[in-house]
Amino acid sequence: MMRDWIKSGNPWIWLTASAVSVSLVLVFGLILLIAARGFAHFWPKQLVELTYVERDGATVNLIGEVHDSEIVSAERVKDAGYAIDKDQPLYERLLLKIGNRDLYGQDFTWVVRSHIQQQATPESIIAVERREWGNFYGYLTAVKQAGEIVAEGEQAVPVLEERLDRAIALHKQIRDIEKHAIGAINYGMERLRLKQRKLELDKKDTPENLQNLEQERNGYQQRYDALQHELTTLYGEIARDSIAAKSADGRLVELPLSKIVRVYYPNGMPVFAKILFYAAKIWEFVGDEPREANTEGGVFPAIFGTVMMVLIMSVMVTPFGVVAAVYLREYAKQGVLTRTIRIAVNNLAGVPSIVYGVFGLGFFVYFLGGNIDQLFYPESAPSPVFGTPGLLWSSLTLAILTVPVVIVATEEGLSRIPKAIREGSLALGATKAETLWRTVLPMASPAVMTGLILAIARAAGEVAPLMLVGVVKLAPSLPLDANAPFLHLDRKFMHLGFHIYDVGFQSPNVEAARPLVYATALLLVAVIVVLNLTAIAIRNHLREKYRSLEQ
Amino acid sequence: MNNEISKPTLTHAMDIEALARVQSRVDPELAETCLEVKNLSLYYGETQALFDINMKISKQKVTAFIGPSGCGKSTLLRCMNRMNDLVDGLKINGQLLLDNEDIYAKSVDVAELRRRVGMVFQKPNPFPKSVYENVAYGLRLQGVNNRHTLDEVVERALKRAALWDEVRDRLHDNALGLSGGQQQRLVIARAVAIEPEVLLLDEPASALDPISTLKIEELIYELKDKYTIVIVTHNMQQAARVSDCTAFLYMGKLIEFGDTNQLFTNPRKKQTEDYITGRYG
Repeated sequence: MMRDWIKSGNPWIWLTASAVSVSLVLVFGLILLIAARGFAHFWPKQLVELTYVERDGATVNLIGEVHDSEIVSAERVKDAGYAIDKDQPLYERLLLKIGNRDLYGQDFTWVVRSHIQQQATPESIIAVERREWGNFYGYLTAVKQAGEIVAEGEQAVPVLEERLDRAIALHKQIRDIEKHAIGAINYGMERLRLKQRKLELDKKDTPENLQNLEQERNGYQQRYDALQHELTTLYGEIARDSIAAKSADGRLVELPLSKIVRVYYPNGMPVFAKILFYAAKIWEFVGDEPREANTEGGVFPAIFGTVMMVLIMSVMVTPFGVVAAVYLREYAKQGVLTRTIRIAVNNLAGVPSIVYGVFGLGFFVYFLGGNIDQLFYPESAPSPVFGTPGLLWSSLTLAILTVPVVIVATEEGLSRIPKAIREGSLALGATKAETLWRTVLPMASPAVMTGLILAIARAAGEVAPLMLVGVVKLAPSLPLDANAPFLHLDRKFMHLGFHIYDVGFQSPNVEAARPLVYATALLLVAVIVVLNLTAIAIRNHLREKYRSLEQ
Repeated sequence: MNNEISKPTLTHAMDIEALARVQSRVDPELAETCLEVKNLSLYYGETQALFDINMKISKQKVTAFIGPSGCGKSTLLRCMNRMNDLVDGLKINGQLLLDNEDIYAKSVDVAELRRRVGMVFQKPNPFPKSVYENVAYGLRLQGVNNRHTLDEVVERALKRAALWDEVRDRLHDNALGLSGGQQQRLVIARAVAIEPEVLLLDEPASALDPISTLKIEELIYELKDKYTIVIVTHNMQQAARVSDCTAFLYMGKLIEFGDTNQLFTNPRKKQTEDYITGRYG
């Protein structure tokens, strides 16, 4: 009976099928976990007000969101300095995000549930998201203009809303000017400085040339002064309003509106408002720049940097890999040597990526970059241009890291082109090169794309080598902007993978950053999926076009 | 196009055709020679595949190579446009003269030679491009990109390959959408488009159904007015139907070569007779 069942092959089918199911469950479980942990972070949580007995017996008022709870042994509670009941072996404690880092020094605290005397969720609690010091939780008392109270109590709410909109609009205006207009001027001034230095080095610093530069510089300076004037006015205007608020322990604080991102009433929000809030937060996360050592705000520069780096890498790795594969498969005499080279290429794919990082730093950055600087950018010495980690070197390093994959896939594709097609082309008087260009390579292009897909999947998730050759925690400007030559390959950039590492492990505020780690991880996965799907779509299109291989 | 060809009268029954041939007997020794094979021996590494072949292929005639599998007929054919160059470890002794010039001489440009000696293979091998681009391929290689010229040549070539009427409305569709027989005629059109002097056909109908085979045979009959055609075939009826001269090869040796009619009705060698009467092969 049992033997028959084994003989029938059914157990084998079950075994293989369960292997597939386990992999599927693992993959989807992973994605679900990071999605749930990451996206829950943006939902406005209820704020609870607690009357709490501290370990020394004093009673304090706390406002905060419950982040986490755990059951701990009485022993640990005792060690933490609380008086414990001998009959109770286990205690529950809650992790409370109490915000107000400027007042309390830290924005998370553990409380023991049995020490909570009173608990309430009053609707009038406000949460203020600030540009510095994290969130503020408390009660709104008044809205002020230039130190004078304009509205108090109930009336303060609509007044605040209206004035906050104004302040946010002003802030946006200020940031635009500082980032774009003044950024462009600074860029131009720096170029003028380099130009002048170059003239001096080339001994062409005639009074005439210098005067031209001076003139240009004056133009910039004038524009700068005008903008600076405008900025002063805007700063004056934005500083006009502030709010007065009371924290849980009764301290009064004044928060200038210029430092506020948004104000909301988490306990009084209807579901619809919560959804809107949630969407706005997600949008901010995807489309904005990071604040507060990357623990708040968005990750747009990191998304941009990741995509940019992968694209530049693709542009470099594809021709290089294809050319190498063509030589290996089409021109090289097949023998022991070619076989050895092929094995070596395959093994290159297994070299730990950090080794490539070290190579990239030593060869590309210091050797190549250093020489490029000496030859082409003497004017900017001693500060390096290409002789320092940057986008170009990162892409190049990842390109050599992934080139074996492209070579192998392309070779595979080339070997699958039927001999009849090559002969057909040769018989029409084509040379070998013409046959390659006009027929064989186009037909092998789906295989090349397969290689590229694998390369992208590998490169987009790679972090270790990038830490050596160009990724930074916070890049002041994107590698692509409106200043000629638009694409700045020498700039350092941000990367989602590194962002995860940085936020999760290098951040001063680990508790606050943890959900962001999950959200960023999910985003990284999403970016890789999108990049891959694009490449797959292109490949399928090519396959459709050169269908003959399947016949 | 040519309606009288399409009528099932002229070429298809062996006996009628044989009668027609009596008047137009071809003697390869006397007719104008296009390709001459002189003392050709060929080795694949250590194994010798062709033994001292001598033959003269007449201009604007159809010459058929017959013989059992592995007798070297395809190898001989592939020597004629140096398609064998691609094979590793190949060695050739002797000469192959095209218009009295040795095609294996050092000074010969192989691509140029292949333009003069076109080839069609056993299995249709259109490129995964449009019908139009398939036919224009050879011209584009020569740098012809003028739309007007290309249009003209493509139409002429397709007409000559008796395919024009079937594909005129889908010139820009993928050639792989054509049927096998159409694909083979397309490949012939592709070869014809660059106006070669010689057309080598390597079992052009062996992968096709009977109707398509018939069309290809009609086409060969048509094309011999303009080109010297050499065809390799397994099918003796086909050889008898389409060719003027026939060569019988056996074990890498040329056993008998001469007028088709004579070879089939009155072979000089015993081996030939055994083969065409089906005693081996």
